[in-house]
Formats: sequence, structure tokens, C-alpha cells
Amino acid sequence: MAQDYVIEMLHITKEFPGIKANDDITLQLRRGEIHALLGENGAGKSTLMSVLFGLYQPEQGTIKKDGKEVRIKDPNDANRLGIGMVHQHFKLVECFSVLDNIILGVEDTKNGFLQYASARKKVMDLSERYGLKVDPDAIVSDISVGMQQRVEILKMLYRDNEVLIFDEPTAVLTPQEIDELMEIMRGFRKEGKSILFITHKLAEIMAVADRCSVLRKGKYIGTVDIANTTKEELSRMMVGRDVQLEVQKKESKPGETILAVRDLTVPSRTHNNNAVKNVSFDVRAGEILCIAGIEGNGQTELIYGITGLEKVTGGTVTLNGKDITHASIRERSKAGMSHIPEDRHKHGLVLDYPLEANMVLQRYWDPKFQNKGIIKYGEVRKYANRLIEQFDVRSGQGPITIARSMSGGNQQKAIIAREIDKDPQLLVAVQPTRGLDVGAIEYIHSQLVAQRDAGKAVLLVSLELDEVMKLPDRILVMYEGEIVGEFNPKETTVEELGLYMAGAKKQS
Amino acid sequence: MKQKKPLAENGMLIAILSSVLSIIVGLVFGAILLLILNPAKAGIGISAMLTTGISSLDQFGKVLYQSAPLMLCGLSVGFAFKTGLFNIGASGQYTMGAFFALVGAIQFQLPWFLCLLMACIGGAIWGIFPGLFKALFNVNEVITSIMFNWICMFLVNLLFANMPTMLASAWGASNSDRSAALAKANPGAIIPKAGLDKLFGNSSWINISFFIAILVAILVWFILNKTTFGYELKACGLNKDASIYAGINANRNIVLSMIIAGALSGLGGGLYYLAGTIQYVMEKSILSMGFNGIPVALLANSNPIGTIFSSLFISYIQVGGSAMQPNFSSESIDIIIAVIIYLAAFSLLIRGILTKILSGNKKKEVKA
Repeated sequence: MAQDYVIEMLHITKEFPGIKANDDITLQLRRGEIHALLGENGAGKSTLMSVLFGLYQPEQGTIKKDGKEVRIKDPNDANRLGIGMVHQHFKLVECFSVLDNIILGVEDTKNGFLQYASARKKVMDLSERYGLKVDPDAIVSDISVGMQQRVEILKMLYRDNEVLIFDEPTAVLTPQEIDELMEIMRGFRKEGKSILFITHKLAEIMAVADRCSVLRKGKYIGTVDIANTTKEELSRMMVGRDVQLEVQKKESKPGETILAVRDLTVPSRTHNNNAVKNVSFDVRAGEILCIAGIEGNGQTELIYGITGLEKVTGGTVTLNGKDITHASIRERSKAGMSHIPEDRHKHGLVLDYPLEANMVLQRYWDPKFQNKGIIKYGEVRKYANRLIEQFDVRSGQGPITIARSMSGGNQQKAIIAREIDKDPQLLVAVQPTRGLDVGAIEYIHSQLVAQRDAGKAVLLVSLELDEVMKLPDRILVMYEGEIVGEFNPKETTVEELGLYMAGAKKQS
Repeated sequence: MKQKKPLAENGMLIAILSSVLSIIVGLVFGAILLLILNPAKAGIGISAMLTTGISSLDQFGKVLYQSAPLMLCGLSVGFAFKTGLFNIGASGQYTMGAFFALVGAIQFQLPWFLCLLMACIGGAIWGIFPGLFKALFNVNEVITSIMFNWICMFLVNLLFANMPTMLASAWGASNSDRSAALAKANPGAIIPKAGLDKLFGNSSWINISFFIAILVAILVWFILNKTTFGYELKACGLNKDASIYAGINANRNIVLSMIIAGALSGLGGGLYYLAGTIQYVMEKSILSMGFNGIPVALLANSNPIGTIFSSLFISYIQVGGSAMQPNFSSESIDIIIAVIIYLAAFSLLIRGILTKILSGNKKKEVKA
């Protein structure tokens, strides 16, 4: 008997200048299943979904809906066919209310007036039926990321979509919100809706998906039933080799103190209280210290204070015995501090500069790269090529690739290459693996451990409990701007850390 | 073997092609307008607009002479734009530069090169304010520089009125509403012709200002593309947060960028009024030269070298336009010039269309 496929994408090929993003890919989605689409950054997942959603036209291949061949020229076509998508970066009008955003584009009107009452009823019904709690009158810019995502989901439901595409939906959510989302997705499956779930988090696939299709470097690798597979099997399919899911590291041999933070107080940009209150700690040579905590508990501001992006109002920061509390960012950099920033697009890269110009972003003033104010572009090119080689940064056109066109993982690799090659005393790494796939995470972890073993002090900020447990030698938990506990990762548990992160416990 | 790049990926070629195409579109619309305004004389009008600039060496000299200040205003707007600033205050900086140059020439009897230096200083001073307001208080530079355009115009009028030696009436002429003619007040302040007038059939317009402007354009290109300073400026313009993260003093760069943009516009004012052929007339409206710098920069996509050609084009159209009188009223000529310049500045739009068409062709080739 033929399978009941709601969507079939057959032999899809999509090319961009210099790269085959999708090469003869076939994806078949059964009615009422949760189908995961797994692949590294740049494997072609998002391209394939954009083809399905009508954002790109494939060079070859056909798409079938309910067994009939269809042409999807733009998102409106996709919508008419009942295909909806929650994008990784939400497409909401920030200054509109939740209700306005949901009905935007499919407004019911009567004599030219919006029919808010009926729209509101439909939204509230959907919200109740699927457990998608939203406040219809709240302004989108005021609500949490989790609620914004629920608004995006409601948008699809409001349009009676039956095929729901989720593009990396969990990247921006807290652990609790992720659990809720999984529950919501299971609810959709029960209602007979079909879900395409793009992700590179293996645990989530194991938890919620029925089947999983794997892409690698634009090629289709295979589709497996989740019931008959393991995490290891999936990661091997995705990366093409065995992946070390555990961090390999020797016992740390901490040396002298490199960074000393004393009674540091940093104001908040969003409220009147201080974001960081009287925080003190040391980072020593040859150790990885991790600041753990739930997002928004002052970690960002703490790092801003240490790296000079924000002025501190109290306390001192000492690097290698030198007081840098009020030093400029350039002075800190010269004193031996490297910074892998939390937001690689905002701080880490000048996205419209070519890769080579980004590689010298922290060192263009160095006599090695300039003479009397004139940049030695020959040297810059040579240097960029060396880093690209050494750190395996992949891009379409090598050093002249515009950074914006690179995949997230390779952008991050470029930043890490730049910051590590500065040969710092202290490496500050803020969520260095956020949004990256297992292959890239493995690589970045091994680089951070290598820095530790080379006698550098590493200050890590992470929100991922998995990473917090595996990578550091010491853990500090931050809650509401204060350090509430210090742990040895070998002697503690995730549950114990969770209690401190939620503010339920505190070491005195 | 070296592979030929496909057309769709050759950004430089597409940029030039789209600028040329948008110029053609602008000219076609201009011609249509001429037909509507005065059908009987449209033919004469069109030919006047298109051929006056090369009808005689004298007129060609005028094209070169007018393109110099246009080029500098275009460089000014383009330079600020590369740093992420929209310098709509080029007009004020230009006017202040002209004033400083004339004060140097008439009041202090300085030679022409020192007067040009004064022009740079005047423009730079007028550029500092929007830069400082932006850097210190995050006030949008567009608003400040528009206000400073008007402040400049009235301030310069006021200063002229209170500096009797500056006026033509002090040097034997009857009118007191304009600056003194340099030929009488200080011939040494007139920019030298260096024998160019002989070459250009005794053109009264031509002098070395066009070449000074080209040198400045090359200098600006060099600063932006080859120096650490340019690297910093462009980084600030493209991503201020990342430049701060890289230890670049973004606020200092904003102010410096506006100072340099101001100096460029100011130099333009100096070049125009030190030619000896024009006197500064106390105006009641802002000089349009600075605003014309905006389409010059847009047409050149803020590229300093491209600015040389875009300013020549706009100067050419303006010289052609002034030859259309008396068949067309000066107002309708202004409208036609404005339409042409306006459409010419659409090069970005046309570039997008071109890229689409060319990559579309490529797709077909792959299929075949």
C-alpha cells in the first residue's frame, strides 16, 4: 500500500553562486507525524525549507502535496496549500499587538472595517485548544521570546495550516519553554497535523520526533525511524564520522591568578537596579571557570564590565596584576584579554566586511598589519589564509568572502580563530557554542580545552547545562546579579545546579 | 588558466552599467517632460541640453569648472555615508567654506592656496557641530545638519552685512548685496588657470580647480581603502557595536568623519567662488550645490573615483540646461534637471533589477 504522504519533495536541487546548497534531496512527510530534519550548519536544511515555503525556486525537482504536483512560487502559494513556517528569527511587527500580528495579512473586514471580535474569538479558541498561552492585547516588543514564538505558532494555526515547519525553534527558549513546546508539538500530532522540525539538537529529536531525515553538505544521507536509532547513530549520519559527545580533557593544573574580580557592580541598561552586585571571583591560569545561570541574571553585564563594553560603578578588575577597571577596550586587549562575544552578529563581526578584514578586527593596528597608518593588505591576506587553513573556516570565496554570507558555525569559527590566535592570557568565551551543531561544538570545546592546557585562563559563560557539566573545571552559579554558589562539576549534579540557578538555594 | 567571472558576479561592472542605465532613463524622462512643456521647441531644448557642454571649448571649460565643487560636495556626502552618516549639511558647510575663502581673499588679502585652506577650515568647523551632537547626545545628524544649513546661510548674510570691506561697494562697484569681485579686490586670490584658458579657447571659466578636485577624490579613495583610519571609519559605519568591541573609538570617528566631510564641502565652496567669475550674492534660500552633492554621491554609489564621473555628468546637464533659455523658463529647466538627476540617482534600484535579470539568464544556461 502506498504511504499517505502529505508533502513530498522529490530530487530537489538548489544552487547558489559557488555552492550547491541542495543536491538531489528527497523528503517525504507522512500525515500526522513529527519529522525531524537534521544536519550541520550549512547542510542545506534552511534552504530546503525555504524551497518548500516558496522563498526559493529550485533548479530541479518537484514538490507534491497530497500526491499532486504543485508549484510554490511564493509564501502565499505555500499558505494556500496549508504550509506554515515558524522562522528561526521571528517575523513579527514589534510595535503591533499580539492579535494584530496574528491576523496580519488575512484580516477579516466588513465594509472596510476590521472584524476584531471574531478574530479575537478564533485566536482565543486556538490558544485554549492547544495550550498556547498568549495575551492578545500585549505589544510584541514587551513580551518574552517564548510568547513571541507562541504568537508565530498561532499565526500558522489561524491560517488553518496543516503542515507546520519549525526552523530551529528551541534555540531561543529556556529549558522549561522547550518542554512546553514539545508538549504542544505532540498535541498537533494528535490533531493530525504534520510537523517538520529543523534542529541539530539530538536530545530533542529523540524526545519528540517519529522519523528523522539527515542532510550533510547539501546531500541527502537517509531517513530513520527514531524508535530504532540512537543519538550516536544520528550524529554519525550528520557529521559523517564518529563524534565525541563527551569532552576529552586531562586533570587541570591551575597556576597563578590571571583575572581577579573584586566587588564588581555593573548597572543595568533595562532597569534601575544593578545587574551585577558585588561579585568577586578569580580565574587562574590553566583552568576553565564557567559562569552558569538562567539567561538574564547578570551574566551579560558581568562580561560587559570585565571586557569594557559597559562602565562599572564599583569594584575592581585586575588582569595579570594590572588594574584594568577603567581601561579602554583596546588597552584590555593589549593587556592580554580575548573576547568571544555573546552576539556574533552584533559585536563579533562586521558582517559586510570580507572575512580577511574581520580576521584582523582586533589587530589591524598592529605593526605587522600596518605601516604608518597604511594597511598592508598583502600581510592581511596571508594571515587570513593561515587562520582559515588552521581553523578550517569554510566559505565560498576564502578570504574575500563577505562575512554575512557565511554559515553561523563558520562565522563563529572565524571569531574563535581570531581571538585564540591573539595568544591571550585570558580568554573570555560567552556562549561560544550557541546555535551550533555537534561537529562545531566538539571542535570549539577541544579548542577551549587546548587553550586551558596551554596555560591560559578561560572564563566561560554558558546557558546550556550540558556544556556547564562537561567543559569547565569550576562552576559559579549566578542568580539575580550575585554569585550564589561554587561547584566542582565532578561532585555536583544538574538537579543541584538547577536549584541554585532558580534561586531556591544559596551558599553562604 | 584564469576563469572568466560570470557577469552576474562582477559587482564593479554591474555598478557602472546600472549608473549608465539610470542616466539614460533620466534623460528619456527629461525629454518627455520637454515635449509636454513646450512641444514646438522641444527639439531645440533637447539638443541644447545634450550638446551645449561640448558645443564649444568655452562651454566645456564651464562643465569642468562647475564639476569641481559638485565633486567635492559629492565626496563629502559619500565619505560621511561610508561612515554611516547622512551628511545633508553639505550645503551649509559649502557656504561656510565659501565665506571663509572670501574673507581670506578680501579681508586678509591672502593668496589663493591659503584661501582654499581657509575654505576647508570653514567647512570643517560647520561639520563639527552635527558630528559632536551625534557623538555626545546621539542626536540624529540629519536634523542637526538641516538646521545648520539655515543657520549658516543667515549667519553668513549677517556677517557680510557687517563687514563693509567684503562688499562690492567698497571696491568701486555700486551694489552692496554681493561680495567684491576678486579681480578688483585681490587678483592673487583667484585660482590660477595655469595656461588652461589658452587650451580652452580663452574660456573664462576654466582653471585648475577640476584637477584639484580629482586629486582630492583620489586622496579620499586612498584614505577609505588603504589606511587604518579608513578601515575604522567604515567599520563604524557598517557595525558600530562591532567597532566598539574591537576597541575603536566610535564617537571620535563620527566627529572626525563629519569634520572631513565638512572640509570637503568647504573646499568645494572655495573652489567655486575663488574662480573670479562669480560673486557671492546674499541669498534668501540655501545654496543648492550641497544638495546636488547627494545625487552625485548616490550615482557614484559613494565611490570616490565614481564621483569624478557622476559630478561631470550632472555639471554637463546643468550647463546644457542653462543654454535652454529663453525657449524654456528657468523654472521648467530646473524641473527637467531635477527629474533627470532624481532618476539618475535610482542606480541602486536599477542595479537590483540588473542583478536579477543577469542571474536569471545564468539559471537558464544551467538548465539548457
